[in-house]
Amino acid sequence: MTTIPNLVGAGLIVIGAGLGIGKIGGSAMDAIARQPEASGKIQTAMLIAAALIEGIGFAAFFMGK
Amino acid sequence: MLISRKTIQLFIATVFAVLPVFTFANADTTHVAKAAHAEVVNHEGDAPKEVVSEEVKAQEERAEFIQHHLLDSHDFHLFSYGKESGHEKHVGFPLPVILWEDGLHFFMSSEFHHGEAVAESNGKYFAINHHDGMVYNTDAKGTFNVDEKHHTTNTKPLDLSITKNIVMILFVALLMFVMFRNLGKSYGKNGGIATGAGRFFEPIILYVRDEIAIPNIGEKHYKKYMSHLLTVFFFIWFLNMFGLTPLGVNVTGNIAITAALAIITYLITTFTANKNYWGHIFWMPGVPPLMRIVLAPIELLGTIIKPFSLTIRLYANMVAGHIVLMSIIAMMYTFNNVAGSGFSFILAFVLSILEILVAGLQAYIFTMLTALYFGSANEEHHHDEEAHH
Amino acid sequence: MEQLLGQFSLGLFILQIVLFVGLILLLKKFAWKPILDAVNEREEGIKDALLSAENAKKEMMALKSDNQKLLDEARAERDTMIKEATAIKEKMIADAKSEAQTQGAKMIEQAKATIESEKNNAVAEIKNQVSSLSLEIAEKLLKEELSNKDSQTKLVEKMLADVKLN
Repeated sequence: MTTIPNLVGAGLIVIGAGLGIGKIGGSAMDAIARQPEASGKIQTAMLIAAALIEGIGFAAFFMGK
Repeated sequence: MLISRKTIQLFIATVFAVLPVFTFANADTTHVAKAAHAEVVNHEGDAPKEVVSEEVKAQEERAEFIQHHLLDSHDFHLFSYGKESGHEKHVGFPLPVILWEDGLHFFMSSEFHHGEAVAESNGKYFAINHHDGMVYNTDAKGTFNVDEKHHTTNTKPLDLSITKNIVMILFVALLMFVMFRNLGKSYGKNGGIATGAGRFFEPIILYVRDEIAIPNIGEKHYKKYMSHLLTVFFFIWFLNMFGLTPLGVNVTGNIAITAALAIITYLITTFTANKNYWGHIFWMPGVPPLMRIVLAPIELLGTIIKPFSLTIRLYANMVAGHIVLMSIIAMMYTFNNVAGSGFSFILAFVLSILEILVAGLQAYIFTMLTALYFGSANEEHHHDEEAHH
Repeated sequence: MEQLLGQFSLGLFILQIVLFVGLILLLKKFAWKPILDAVNEREEGIKDALLSAENAKKEMMALKSDNQKLLDEARAERDTMIKEATAIKEKMIADAKSEAQTQGAKMIEQAKATIESEKNNAVAEIKNQVSSLSLEIAEKLLKEELSNKDSQTKLVEKMLADVKLN
């Protein structure tokens, strides 16, 4: 059942997750710019963190849906 | 993604040059249905008084088409035509249905007549529910009992059918087997150098080994996980890519498939875990005893959340990609004019490129996280090492 | 969540697990193992080749330095030989010179001695002759004095003048 509160909740979750992933990506870019030789490690750490947030986002999104 | 300005100009010009073809094709539904992920569209030639209801109907039809595209199916449906004349024809081929309900039932999916008829086997009646495309136990007339929340209350048989998804899985498995076996053989023949398609895949295999497996699992233990990691990576990647072809079989966007992949990861992690791993879960070192008792259930829950998030991530990414892509393609028919449809076309094109990227990325992330979990199962006395530093 | 569970097909799940595990095992036997083995072997081969090339290079360097050393030694030997030869030559020259000098000096000395003795002889003879001459003169004078006084004095004066001149 898709009700308006559910949709609003889903939207909020997406905003939150988007902000979180955006921040991780931005920080990773900064870090890579500062230390290009560590880009591999930073990328891995970034993907892991982003994946965790994404996972929470998806879980909440589907529960709300 | 870098696209030079000249290319964009050329591309826009091409799009507008080609647009009339698509808008004309709109009137002729068979072409459209053949062309892509398309669906049966509205009809320009209908009587004016019916226009509003037709439009609504068409939109509902599109939503339903997208919904059905995402689901598994018991027959391999390629396209349909002739709906406006009243005799809709489906082109495709039936697949075997294997059910377990007080005994084995085996028949071809053609007996369902594309979900319109009730199939009878060994005295049992089965019908496909229109909403989720699954087989339910029914009576001879094929009635579905529905509760007040619109949930079907009929029971389901254990459905071991060779569905469309299974066909795709078998196809990809065969493809992988032939391709990688040839790659493996080519080394012996050619003095240690890959030939053919293997030249493209060898660096990817090495990437999985050097960038995913070794950093996350460690030089000592990575070897026993390589088979699983490589298989998972290529399996997901190929299926994601096949999902983007006009056939559009949405295998990795099926929750049962992704759940199976994640469960295998979970089982391997659990059964190859060392003492240190379990120590970290049940008796977290380095924290007060009271905290250890509190942390144990949380950590235990964490081990279950990990495969769950793997499942949902892959599923949701692929489903979301397919829904958005198909919605934009459907918008082409909703707009039904040069500007709107052209815009949708460009959007769909760009999104398709993005989806190709996502196909690889999701395969990479799934493999990476799998390797990470394997790595955590094999970690050794990390704290002692840290004390030395 | 409901929709998610609703879409979950147990049959598909079971089949997927069976197929996937089968695929892993098949690929492990027929694909991944040969591929990874071959790649590993190749990498080992490359590593070995690099290592042996490095060794060969080192050997070459060692050989080169050996050669250099031999060359240096030979050069040094030649130099010492030349130096020795020069020294010998100089010594010989110096020896010869000094011998010649002493010989010359000796000869000069002998010559001088001979000359001295000759001179002494000559002086002695001259002395003898002078004495005999003076005797003769004295004899003559004595004879003339006896005959002429004037001429005697004259003679004596003349003689004396001669003697003075002498």
